Amino acid sequence: MTAATVLDVGSPSAKQKRSFWRYWRGNLKGSEFTWALAFSVPYIAVFVAFVAYPVFYGLWMGRDPALYADVFSDGIYRDTVVNTLVFVVLGVNLKLFLALLLSGVFMRPGWLTKVMLMLFVLPWAVPQLPAFISLHWMLNGEWGLLNNALWILGGIEGPSWLNERWTALGAAIASHIWKWMPFWTVILLAGRMSIPQDIYDAAKVDGATGLNRFLFVTFPLLANLYLVLTLLATIFLLGDFNTVFFVTGGGPNNETHLLATLGIRNAFDLARPDLGVAVVMTALPVLIPLVIILMRKLRTAEVQL
Amino acid sequence: MSTQSLATAQAVAIGPRSGAAGRRGRIARRWRYATNAGLALLYVVLLVWTFTPIYNIVMIALEHEGDVYGNSILPAQPSLDSFWVVFTQGYWYLENFWHQFGNTVFIAGMVTFLVLVIASMTSFTVGRMRLRNGWLITNAALLTYVIPASFLAIPFYLIMNHYGLANNPWSVIAALVTFATPYAIFIFQEYGRSIPIELDESARIDGASPVVIYLRIYLPLMAPALVAVGTYALLLAWNEYLYQFLLLSDKRNMTVPVALAQFLNSDQAPWNYMMATAIIYALPPLATYYAFRHRMSSGLTMGGVKG
Repeated sequence: MTAATVLDVGSPSAKQKRSFWRYWRGNLKGSEFTWALAFSVPYIAVFVAFVAYPVFYGLWMGRDPALYADVFSDGIYRDTVVNTLVFVVLGVNLKLFLALLLSGVFMRPGWLTKVMLMLFVLPWAVPQLPAFISLHWMLNGEWGLLNNALWILGGIEGPSWLNERWTALGAAIASHIWKWMPFWTVILLAGRMSIPQDIYDAAKVDGATGLNRFLFVTFPLLANLYLVLTLLATIFLLGDFNTVFFVTGGGPNNETHLLATLGIRNAFDLARPDLGVAVVMTALPVLIPLVIILMRKLRTAEVQL
Repeated sequence: MSTQSLATAQAVAIGPRSGAAGRRGRIARRWRYATNAGLALLYVVLLVWTFTPIYNIVMIALEHEGDVYGNSILPAQPSLDSFWVVFTQGYWYLENFWHQFGNTVFIAGMVTFLVLVIASMTSFTVGRMRLRNGWLITNAALLTYVIPASFLAIPFYLIMNHYGLANNPWSVIAALVTFATPYAIFIFQEYGRSIPIELDESARIDGASPVVIYLRIYLPLMAPALVAVGTYALLLAWNEYLYQFLLLSDKRNMTVPVALAQFLNSDQAPWNYMMATAIIYALPPLATYYAFRHRMSSGLTMGGVKG
């Protein structure tokens, strides 16, 4: 504190100013407060320049109600909404339910389980692009590995997976599950490992084994985590671009788009950025409540046992 | 006592139990066999499921161009030619391959460094110095974490054009730092709770400035979290596609994934070269992931098991 501020104490405006700074300063003294501000400036700058500004810019771009009339009258957009719903309902739930079951398998002791887990997480460790390009070619009706294998091993003539809407969408969902199931399995495995063994021991004394143990001990303890993961997976999936872009390319005839790929298509292939933003914006009525619930859950509680 | 009579004695002792208890033992054994058989079946299914697409990449990379359009499930004449073509940039799509690889390394390295610096500084002020209203920063980070990055891509692209940063690697670095930092802050704050605040306070009483505490106490103690977050940021930057695709269009500025995706647009794409490129591109992150797997998963546990 300099001498000048000490002398200024008498004047009301200085007092107000001082209490304002004292409020922000909290228990930090002198130069510490300056340092605290300096340390937090980089992230605040990143947030303002690259999150807040694009968000407001996007909202401003999508301000015209006429845009939404254009969006809703577009048949491709209506298909996209249906695709997104199917993708969320099947993709998220299958993925997480299988991950929940598999995480139980990977709780088994022994080296074989460890080796299996190490191999099983491979799809998650492989970058998205090589994985999805490989799946795209694998599902090629004429030359792809899948149909070749079906023909050689079973004598079955496989369909052209990517040339028909529902098989293409199914292929995209399966690819998404292939890529991301290991990630959720690892998280649920960690959740299971954090359940203390004594709870299981006590349950055993009470006669809960096998399925009962899962239904009445494990699942209730994991339920909150499972819910949070479902919300998180839904949000991640709403923003998923790479799966559909590389596995189906949005085709055939733009019938397998998700909101993210359709937004990019409108903005760059049709050169209508405002229409692209408007497509993405229609997800907000779903996205905002999800974000609010999720932020509350993520901020407040640890996993409660 | 002879061995024979010992055996008889045992037989007698076992004899009466071979009723109910023996049957229960047999059932238990059969149940165990059934479980093991089921488990073995499950493992086989999982391995086929996991490895088919990966086998597909390797198989095509080992094939000759003509054999890609064939109907076999084994490479006809396996060879490493396509890898050689990629290494020597011997195809016109690949003429800048090593330059593009360098771009990917540069972007991933810068993103990792900046994420570590920015996130550790932020978590230090909020978690250790207890900046008043620091929760605003935490919430901003959390909000960024749950906004899908692809939804911001269009305005972000237009803004970068306004700034004159289009086709500049720094615009990609900015985008990736923006989307990787929130999770990093989250992990650092969780991990920082395990470090006693008294350490900072005693250093403060001894007259250490915040910078000294940050550099000498906070960072060394945070080393495990720094490794976990560094790995996370590196993999995120290496694997990201959408922003790199939108923001980098020049052949010399491009990164490997953008170049790789360009193959797809050509008719009769040279799939064997493409898959060889894909394998070379995938190896560094795979090696990083398996090297730091245990640290990563402890970091994930901290972030993921919150709920």
